Amino acid sequence: MTYLKKSPWLLHYDASSCNGCDIEVLAALTPLYDIERFGIINTGNPKHADIFLVTGGVNAQNKQVLINTYEQIPEPKVVIAIGICATSGGIYRECYNILGGIDKVIPVDVYVPGCAARPESIIDGVVTALGILEQKRLAMKTKTGIKMVRTGDAQ
Amino acid sequence: MSLLQLLLYLILFPLITALFMLVSRKDPGLKAIIQLSACAICIVSFLVLLFGFDKGTLIFSMDPDPVSQIMFFIELVLAAYILYLGIRHRKSVTVFLILVQACLLLWFELGFSENLHIGNNLFLDQFSIIMALIIGIIGSLICVYAVGYMETYHHHHTEIRDRRNLFFGILFIFLSAMFGLVFSNNLLWVFFFWEITTICSFLLIGYSQSEEATNNSFLALSMNLLGGVAFMAALIYLVILDPAGQLLGLNFLISSGKAVALVPAVLICFAGITKAALMPFSSWLVGAMVAPTPVSALLHSSTMVKAGVYMIVRFAPVLSGTTEGLIIALVGGTTFALASFIAISQNNAKKVLAYSTIANLGLIVACAGVGTYNLMWVAILLIIFHAIAKSLMFLCVGTVEHRIGSRNIEDMGGLIVRMPKLAIMMFIGMAGMFLAPFGMVISKWAAIEAFITAPFGLIFIAILAFGGSATVFFWSKWMGKIISVMRDEPVIEDTVKKEKWVVLYILTALVVIVCLIFPLISSILIEPFILNIYGQTARLSQANLSIMLMMLCLLLIMPFSLLFYRKGAHYAPPYMGGRPVEGHMRFSGSMGVTRELVLSNYYLTGLFGEERLFMVGTSLCWALLLFAGILLAGVIL
Amino acid sequence: MLGASSLCRYPPGRGDPVIPEYLVPVIGAVLYLLLAPIAGGLIAGIDRKVTARMQGRVGPPLLQPFYDVAKLFEKENLVVTASQNFFVLSYLVFMAVAGALFFSGGDMLLVIFAFTLSHIFLVLGAYASYSPYSHIGAERELLQIIAYEPMIILTAVGMYMVTRSFFVSAMVTSDIPVILYLPGVFIGYLIVLTIKLRKSPFDLSTSHHAHQELVKGVTTDFGGPNLGKIEIAHWYEYVFLLGVVWLFFAWNPVIAVAAIIIAYFLEILIDNTFARVKWQLMIRSAWIIAGTLGLVNLGVLYYLRMVGIP
Repeated sequence: MTYLKKSPWLLHYDASSCNGCDIEVLAALTPLYDIERFGIINTGNPKHADIFLVTGGVNAQNKQVLINTYEQIPEPKVVIAIGICATSGGIYRECYNILGGIDKVIPVDVYVPGCAARPESIIDGVVTALGILEQKRLAMKTKTGIKMVRTGDAQ
Repeated sequence: MSLLQLLLYLILFPLITALFMLVSRKDPGLKAIIQLSACAICIVSFLVLLFGFDKGTLIFSMDPDPVSQIMFFIELVLAAYILYLGIRHRKSVTVFLILVQACLLLWFELGFSENLHIGNNLFLDQFSIIMALIIGIIGSLICVYAVGYMETYHHHHTEIRDRRNLFFGILFIFLSAMFGLVFSNNLLWVFFFWEITTICSFLLIGYSQSEEATNNSFLALSMNLLGGVAFMAALIYLVILDPAGQLLGLNFLISSGKAVALVPAVLICFAGITKAALMPFSSWLVGAMVAPTPVSALLHSSTMVKAGVYMIVRFAPVLSGTTEGLIIALVGGTTFALASFIAISQNNAKKVLAYSTIANLGLIVACAGVGTYNLMWVAILLIIFHAIAKSLMFLCVGTVEHRIGSRNIEDMGGLIVRMPKLAIMMFIGMAGMFLAPFGMVISKWAAIEAFITAPFGLIFIAILAFGGSATVFFWSKWMGKIISVMRDEPVIEDTVKKEKWVVLYILTALVVIVCLIFPLISSILIEPFILNIYGQTARLSQANLSIMLMMLCLLLIMPFSLLFYRKGAHYAPPYMGGRPVEGHMRFSGSMGVTRELVLSNYYLTGLFGEERLFMVGTSLCWALLLFAGILLAGVIL
Repeated sequence: MLGASSLCRYPPGRGDPVIPEYLVPVIGAVLYLLLAPIAGGLIAGIDRKVTARMQGRVGPPLLQPFYDVAKLFEKENLVVTASQNFFVLSYLVFMAVAGALFFSGGDMLLVIFAFTLSHIFLVLGAYASYSPYSHIGAERELLQIIAYEPMIILTAVGMYMVTRSFFVSAMVTSDIPVILYLPGVFIGYLIVLTIKLRKSPFDLSTSHHAHQELVKGVTTDFGGPNLGKIEIAHWYEYVFLLGVVWLFFAWNPVIAVAAIIIAYFLEILIDNTFARVKWQLMIRSAWIIAGTLGLVNLGVLYYLRMVGIP
């Protein structure tokens, strides 16, 4: 049993989203849903986070930012793509600036489709991610070292 | 070898070295001579400690003539020289003061000197041993350092005339004068050596002969001359009181009791205040920072200004319990608080060190002015710890300045990468100034515990509490600046010469060692001295001592954890909002423009600005001094 | 549970032959080192629960802070520079040492200086990383330190003036109702307690997760085990700070416990009611208000002593 399930901390990043999914994520924090009762806290700091919630399809400008933020999250970590834009680009898929889905840039563990994704689905996705997180932690304990994905030069 | 011979050696031998410096031309053998002389002085100081520590107070009788005559003659020559320089540079205040002092000198010599019969001219007690060790060890280390420093200095500043022989000559004359000051029992001799140190400081500050240096040297000279006039007035008062001159013996004067000694004590303490650059006379020390760094390290932090507080601490038994003593202590305390506040707003490293020095001297005077037995213990401890840590800081800043070309703290960012050994030494020096369990905190702790039982102690505790937190602030932010890690910076400290490294290593080790052995120093030297004067002595309780030793050992062991940690850590860039950062914190900002991140410390100039606080301090202290003067006039009349 | 100081206390007039006297400080220190994290963690848990209820939420379970720290130790040691590990470890070690010194009945002033030492290590750890957030957080942390330090020293001095000793062992076993002599000092201490507990309006350098401004200020670039150690150090500190509140009421343990509970509840209430202020206001409140209250209180005490009223 790991303690990651009991105290997962979120980092929420808006990768060129229309803000619809972002509002739903923040709604999950309000007293109506109150995810803090599960020990979940929304940190603003990658170095404190376990779960990376990303909304929006990635564009060329924030691709590197996404990678940097992802790399500053200590292992074990999971990435959840919230909303259909983060999953595959959504209705903006054909746009010239959208790369289409964050899994083009960083590895994703859980997809939460929806436009906008509802708080209940988001919570469901987070709970699924917790199970994956636990598996990663157990795998980490048996491995001897973690390889860091080094970033390339700044664009 | 008798102790008297050792003392005379310490006073006279540096003069021989100085003479050698002054007459020979630029000679590659000069370096060896300086190093050998420095070693000799250091060793003889240790011999004085070895032979003298358990002897209590020793008074040596010797015939004052012809030494007194020679001193008088030199004083007149120097007065004439200063008069000439003052007229040439049109410094009316200096001219006025030197004329007053020369007149007083002539009046004294012509009116009173026939009847003088002073036999006890030199003496040695534990406090003199401590001062001699400080002068001998730290002074000689700084002289050795100065050789390499001056070479780089003239290499960088080709516009300044190379008068290195004069420089080193004056340094050794100064050392000789300092030894003379702490070993003299005859107040006339003390005054002579006092004025010699004033002249040395004047010549050394003006070394670069730029307009700013000349102005600042005359400022220092005038303020110190003002103190000299007060000193002279005290001497005349004493000789009028007792024409045979017995009261001119320091030992006898202090033990004569308050009724006799108070007036001259206050006058000499005024001279001490000007020499120690307390407010309202602090501007000369800040201005003296234009001098080359060894001068700042030797004269203006560890030795000459210590001569000022040395005299005040000597007179502490006379001042204790009197209103004048309390006023002098308040001048010291106000200086401590305000100088610490001003240091927060300074980004020039040497100015920060100058204000910190002024603040610590103020604290020593505050302890001495209230003058209870435990406060005197604290004052002497403060003198020791401050001298070592501050000289280390000055020398480090001097070396850093030569490598990075700037005195600004803001340019010292990331020093731990660029100059790792120096950064660690600076770290230890700064820790020695304000962190537990190093020396200054021990002194502050003992000071609070001592003030609480003293009359009006609450005022001083408040000053210590607020001023002390100000010191925490400005030292910590400087520390933080030098340990921030900026990757990919080249290491630039390999060009520092070996002699400088030796000196710096020794001083850093001394900071730690003195902290470890201070209970020994206290029981061997300080406590017997205080016991002798007050009949009771202070010490830190055994339990507290062991706890502090434990903390110090823990502190010394902790850095070894770094070896353990280097293996398991994974590296990530600092958080910049996710922006990709490279090398020197360059990031691509909006519109695709590459920007560089610049982080600067808080200087809080709105709250702690120099001009405003300086005005507050000067006015407060002038008011206090005038009040003391009025009281004194009442006593005389 | 709230601090091991109750075990240092032996009622006057009854000798205690079971535990030899020289061992009492050691026992106090050891109990503190072992139990304070548990006590501190529970205090933090109660804090979050009460805060959540004040905000109309359910809130996390009481043991949540322990889960948080356990999770943090399961993460990898991600740092910007290896020296951060050294600084955080030193922060924790010296925090524990300072608190152990307090609970072993040591000299109050030395305890204060040891605490300053440990806080400086945290500040240096934040400076080491060169991120703008942690840099500004470090500056603000230093401002917080200079804001509360004078008042804490005045508290120790006030304790001395009433109990005639700087040693915590004497303060704890004294019969004198300290609070009656030091009301001003107590109020001043509560003001700086807000700063030390990192509660709004004085949580400038770092705060609870919902109160961010500079990302996480001082603790921005600390991840994984380092953050866990910082949290544990905070727990040690809570126990010490509440122990000082105890000293004001040491003559009656029941009132002391009640005072601690009320004081902490007050802090939580203030935290949830006020917004963060700028550093100028923080230094002004701490220095001027607390200093005035403290100094006037001590001045009055001093004057009364001088004219002979005990």
